[in-house]
Amino acid sequence: MAARRAIHRLSRRPDLMIIESYQKLPVVYSCGPGEKSAVKSQRPLSTAKRPVNLDLSSIQFPLPALVSISHRVSGILLFIGLIFLMWAFQVSLSSPAGFDTVREAMAHGFFARLVLWGLLSALGFHFVAGVRHLIMDMGHGETLEGGQRGAQLTIIISALLVVMAGVWVW
Amino acid sequence: MVINILNPGRNGVADWMIQRASAVILGLYTIFMVAYLLFNPDLDYAAWSGLFSHIWMKVFTLLALLSVAAHAWVGLWIVATDYIKPAAIRFGALLFVILALFVFVVWGVQVIWGV
Repeated sequence: MAARRAIHRLSRRPDLMIIESYQKLPVVYSCGPGEKSAVKSQRPLSTAKRPVNLDLSSIQFPLPALVSISHRVSGILLFIGLIFLMWAFQVSLSSPAGFDTVREAMAHGFFARLVLWGLLSALGFHFVAGVRHLIMDMGHGETLEGGQRGAQLTIIISALLVVMAGVWVW
Repeated sequence: MVINILNPGRNGVADWMIQRASAVILGLYTIFMVAYLLFNPDLDYAAWSGLFSHIWMKVFTLLALLSVAAHAWVGLWIVATDYIKPAAIRFGALLFVILALFVFVVWGVQVIWGV
């Protein structure tokens, strides 16, 4: 009976209704004093339409969300960039002439330098965001403010790395 | 429990661990390569191929190559299962990813032991 009373109390708390329906309690009991418990409803409590917002343009992403999605995008870019890295790796080690080909491309080729800068930038950001992950795994910066601060630091440090990579390439 | 034919015998904890272990190896390899190239601005073929003739460099590079494959596989699996809803397209994309990574590993091994 105590359990039933607890459920009854729960059902009177609108703020806990979602939890209750989440636990998929099939019925709601009514057990007033001296009253026979009776099944009131077979339906879960919250059948009312909950608000769903799918208009993405009206949603403002917080900074940590932007860092997270950029981490994914930079990862995909690095996967695509592997083909260029593997080419440079193979040709530069194939022969002295091959080495000069790669060196020449990176020294003077506009497209090659653009790709190189793009890949170094993606690598820099991915690296910093990854280190942030490891730091958070160790339990630092897991609060709301910590997450904000970490995201800000990630953007600042990786922006510096992007500029430095550009200076290095050009 | 997500059942995925392209994720046999694995779970989230294993993915989590693989992702971090491979990330540390790739981070160290990245720092090493960037430092090496920064400190050797007038690099020539003799020095470059000399670096990769050391057995420790071959092992380090192979380790990094395998880490790339594992890291990219876990990461792209997560991205693909998050965003590509049609099963056939997702399957095709993941098949492409694993084949590409396999080719990169074989290609890389050939280059490493060709020096």
